[in-house]
Amino acid sequence: MTMTMEAPVPVFEDEATGRKIAIICSKGSLDMAYPGLVLANAALGEGIETHLFFTFWGFDIINKETMGHLQFTPVGNPASHMSPMVMGLPGMTAFATHMMKKQIDGIDIPDVPEFLEMITDAGGHLWACRMSADMMHLSESDLYERVEGIISASDFIELSEGAQTLFI
Amino acid sequence: MIGGHEVHVDAEGFLTEYEEWDEDLAKQLAANIGLDLDDRHWDAIRFLRDDYEKQGETATLRRVTSIGGIPTKELFELFPKKPAKKMAYVAGLPKPAGCV
Repeated sequence: MTMTMEAPVPVFEDEATGRKIAIICSKGSLDMAYPGLVLANAALGEGIETHLFFTFWGFDIINKETMGHLQFTPVGNPASHMSPMVMGLPGMTAFATHMMKKQIDGIDIPDVPEFLEMITDAGGHLWACRMSADMMHLSESDLYERVEGIISASDFIELSEGAQTLFI
Repeated sequence: MIGGHEVHVDAEGFLTEYEEWDEDLAKQLAANIGLDLDDRHWDAIRFLRDDYEKQGETATLRRVTSIGGIPTKELFELFPKKPAKKMAYVAGLPKPAGCV
């Protein structure tokens, strides 16, 4: 005899749990841009308020000039499984970048500009670091149009109150 | 039991047998999580069902957008807060396993 009973209903916690995530993106290489974007996207898919703060080299992710051309270099990266002799050869960065982009695309992961579009469509917030903007002589017009503002370190501390913060 | 249908579910309540789902049941599942299905919901649910049949796994949000052609923003409107899991639940499929 099979037991039949009322099936459970998953708890989706529609009411805000108050959980909040802030991710500081400080690196502008292709391989270091993706972790922050993937996590932000996952958090948004769980209904969590999510902020991304781009600073230093991470600025390349939101700089209109560079965002579509981030690179990956195997030099100095022991996880790249290449001989140190080969890593330093001319053209190796371009080759490694090409390979990585192909792998990313192969599993239907969007490129950086499209990823940012997806994140903001899902309700994510993008912020740029004031000091980095000043250092690089960049203004809002140089940045991806969905960046909400160039803010100071203290502004970021304020808006990330109560957030779980990741530094990448 | 879900609204008079005898079905198999996992510990959380997601259906485990693809064949046990029908549109009538979907309405009941949607009601369980506070959703009233309109045509736009159905487009997403039907895509998810068809895609699962072909791929053998539940489409991620990204896939519903890139292959199914339903914009991300719309998915968050239709299935607020946790669209991927809510869609899977209503479509009688397991939660998506992909990262993006």
